[in-house]
Amino acid sequence: MPRVNSRSDLEKLRKEIQAKRDPNKPCISVSSGTCGRAFGSKRVYAAFEEEIKKRGLKVEIAIKKTGCLGFCERGTLVVIYPEEIFYTRVQPKDAPEVVQSVKERKIVDRLLYTDPVTRKKITYESEIPFYKAQQRIISEANRWIDPRNIEDYVALGGYTALSKAIFEMTPEEVLEEIKGANLRGRGGGGFPTGRKWETTKKALGELKYVIVNCDEGDPGAYMDRSLMEGNPHSVLEGLIIGAYTIGAHEGYIYIRNEYPLAVENLRIAVNQAEEYGFLGGNILGSGFDFRVRINRGGGAFVCGESSALMASLEGRPGEPRAKYIHAAERGLWDRPTNLNNVETWANVPQIILKGADWFRGMGTDGSKGTKIFSLVGKVNNTGLVEVPMGITLREIIYDIGGGIRDNKKFKAVQTGGPSGGFIPESLLDLRVDFDEISKVGSMMGSGGMIVMDEGTCMVDMARYFLSFLEGESCGKCVPCREGIKRMRQILTGITEGRGKEGDIDLLERLASYVADASLCALGITAPNPVLTSLRYFRNEYEAHIKEKRCLAKQCKELISYHIIDEKCPGCGLCVKNCPVEAITFMGKKKPVILDQSKCIKCGICFDVCKLSAIEVR
Amino acid sequence: MNEVEAILDKYQGDSSQLVSILQDVQEEYNWLPKEALTQVSKGLRIPLSRVFSVVTFFKAFSLVPKGRHTVTICMGTACHVRGSVHILDRARQLFNIEPGGTTSDLKFSLESVNCLGCCALGPIMVVDDEYHGRVRTSDVGKIVASCD
Amino acid sequence: MVTLTIDGREVRAKEGSTILEAALEEDIYIPTLCYYERVSPAGVCRLCSVEIFRDGDSRIVASCLYPVEEGLVVKTDTEKVMNIRKMTVELLLARCPDVKVIQDLAHNFGVERTEFSLEDKKCILCGLCARVCEEIVGVGAISLVGRGTERSVNTPFLEEPGACIGCGSCAFVCPTSAIRMEDIGDTRTIYRWKRKAEFKLKECKKCGRYWATEAQIEHMKKKTGLPEEFFEVCPNCR
Repeated sequence: MPRVNSRSDLEKLRKEIQAKRDPNKPCISVSSGTCGRAFGSKRVYAAFEEEIKKRGLKVEIAIKKTGCLGFCERGTLVVIYPEEIFYTRVQPKDAPEVVQSVKERKIVDRLLYTDPVTRKKITYESEIPFYKAQQRIISEANRWIDPRNIEDYVALGGYTALSKAIFEMTPEEVLEEIKGANLRGRGGGGFPTGRKWETTKKALGELKYVIVNCDEGDPGAYMDRSLMEGNPHSVLEGLIIGAYTIGAHEGYIYIRNEYPLAVENLRIAVNQAEEYGFLGGNILGSGFDFRVRINRGGGAFVCGESSALMASLEGRPGEPRAKYIHAAERGLWDRPTNLNNVETWANVPQIILKGADWFRGMGTDGSKGTKIFSLVGKVNNTGLVEVPMGITLREIIYDIGGGIRDNKKFKAVQTGGPSGGFIPESLLDLRVDFDEISKVGSMMGSGGMIVMDEGTCMVDMARYFLSFLEGESCGKCVPCREGIKRMRQILTGITEGRGKEGDIDLLERLASYVADASLCALGITAPNPVLTSLRYFRNEYEAHIKEKRCLAKQCKELISYHIIDEKCPGCGLCVKNCPVEAITFMGKKKPVILDQSKCIKCGICFDVCKLSAIEVR
Repeated sequence: MNEVEAILDKYQGDSSQLVSILQDVQEEYNWLPKEALTQVSKGLRIPLSRVFSVVTFFKAFSLVPKGRHTVTICMGTACHVRGSVHILDRARQLFNIEPGGTTSDLKFSLESVNCLGCCALGPIMVVDDEYHGRVRTSDVGKIVASCD
Repeated sequence: MVTLTIDGREVRAKEGSTILEAALEEDIYIPTLCYYERVSPAGVCRLCSVEIFRDGDSRIVASCLYPVEEGLVVKTDTEKVMNIRKMTVELLLARCPDVKVIQDLAHNFGVERTEFSLEDKKCILCGLCARVCEEIVGVGAISLVGRGTERSVNTPFLEEPGACIGCGSCAFVCPTSAIRMEDIGDTRTIYRWKRKAEFKLKECKKCGRYWATEAQIEHMKKKTGLPEEFFEVCPNCR
């Protein structure tokens, strides 16, 4: 492996790599992130490999595995270069036809994306509505990079920012650029990154640390996973630049245990970066040393909180500490520590290369740049979207997301994970940025955006989030441990038909207590889902409590399943599938009979009935 | 307990790496036996109580042997909104165990996890390394039956 | 030295000390449960919460942890603080309805009853026992185990006595008597929650008093390196 020892070495290497690559050579690239795997991308890749080998085309056609391309709903995604033809829902059996088409430079029409409105086929990614309204400055590179091959990253210009920072700028100049860009933390807190770097840089002490927080725990958010799996070098490069600026020589990358592919790809990336001289001792021959260590989480959401993460790195249980003294002054081992989120680090190389002015050209007054969101739930186009700050919720959910699936009615969008809140339809024209979302009681958070429709019970969702936090609370302080538990108990009671007068008052009292008295941000923000659901959907609470009715027909204790006799032809499919034998077959052409006393409300019968002969009341 | 010694060597007896050390030990034995934990405590020169605190704090660690197959059901928000609770209930019913438990024949361990990051395909069920997306309650039995 | 204001009163405190320490020096009352001056503060009971004011903003902080600052304005009697004390005690009362010290605190704060369903625990998870065992005794026989609502204080693998030397320090600091110690004849029993550990006590060669457990003496021997004979008599007789 060539060891890059100076800026000119890097340029030479880049040119060498680019020279080895024929830009006109066809390449089949298969999107292979974790969600791709759930679609069977491994088998698709294997089928292509097999087909190319079978036809003896290994020299003419290249094949590559890339990271997540964002349009997760349509996996497995395959892109053909150099034309950038975009195929969706590719299966292993499509391999022969696609390979043939690549050889002949033709297109397989049936695999193209069909616009649901115009019903026309679209060939190129940039023309697909899902992508059109996005600004994928950070996530775009995923398309061209095999994360296990550092040369892909270098060929695209990777590590040029590092070279510029180390050889053309002083640490102070880099700091001014980051400060000037007004980059704010992308992990949820939105704290000005430049200010954090500055505090750490100025703090007393020789030994300082930088940390990448990849403990992405918000359920429904997976932006960081996609970056770490698909383009780990972008994060590493940002981290090294940060270390250079702050004066840290040791770094930690903390990744959730539940992201095995991200861990694997990162390990390979770190090893390759070290081999090439971008990481380790005497980086690029500059004399600057910086080494990283990869630590996996142990399955604790609270370790996404920076002080809990640091406790875990110190070999102790992941319990947060009161942050009266910032980690930037006294963090890991009581030494100045700068912790940033994955996406925050990934923004750094671009800011250094293109300048603070360029970055400030995107976004709103208070929130510059772009943000990656995981748009999931009841939308048609679920996936990862990167948009400029200031875009409206309506544009994200309808223009990009394609609206609500199954033609249902929009009810709410939940942002900010368990620390955030629900936003109703009346606020869909809200411009998304750190401050606007906070004004309505939620928070932008790390980027999870979960769309809900008329079939979602808001009381149950509030209960869900509290239940989640109850299980993830470290248990140290009374407000969080006892307060959240009691709130969850009240909500469970309400969803099970045991709600009573006074429950809402007690919930509100507990909510303000937990928000005021908790030791860390997990507890302090825990009441947000409950408070926003009360603020915008109070009628659902009242229906549950006063009428014992669940308006969304979700809460098991408050619903029942019934056979619609006129529609049931007695096919017996539900009888076969009922796990508790609650449905009896009465003979052909006769409607089946459902025994309510045995029914466990699992919904399997409703699921399997092809004739809509079962209803929920 | 040679394997434990090798792991402690790999991390140069650095007690701050306790979580990583325990992860490696668990990967080796498929659970965390008491003898291994005692050896870790001695090798790192930290009280056994601290090792025990860390083991019981993090969900990833198991003090009882895990099953041959691990069935993980995602309970993240996106999956929840798409009905993951029904999937979990079905699995609990089939195995007759709670999440975190293992069937008495040591064949299956059932875990619930808070988000795997496959939200576009929810509800998600992972069996060993295989990710199954858009799982319906009626699919659970079939998927599980295909494990040996 | 630093000057701050607590409840309108000017207070001088050593730099590096906490609001609680400053208040204690001045005999200003701030309730606590998980605080013991000889071990590190944890800030878990939240009873010592106070409201601090700065630049027109106010914030609730744990006074046992917040360091004193020049010009800091602290109030221990605002409505917010009172509500926090009340709710904290009500939650603890629901968890430990039979514990006298909680009942007394509840009475003092005007909390007569609770709407929450009652549990039957004695331990409030203040962690003082674990901190004393680790920081002062240096044995670390017990620790906080588990997470969230499943959290408890226990010996590793719930085995007794484990590394415990029966010194009784945990029983001494426990604010709720969830841990108790009983010396009868030559046996000391430490009752921890639902389990107990028994220790043989050593007799003083001079006065005949049972003054420490054998395990304690072994521990002190190792720690101090003093000869066997030193421990044959109790401290009174030495």
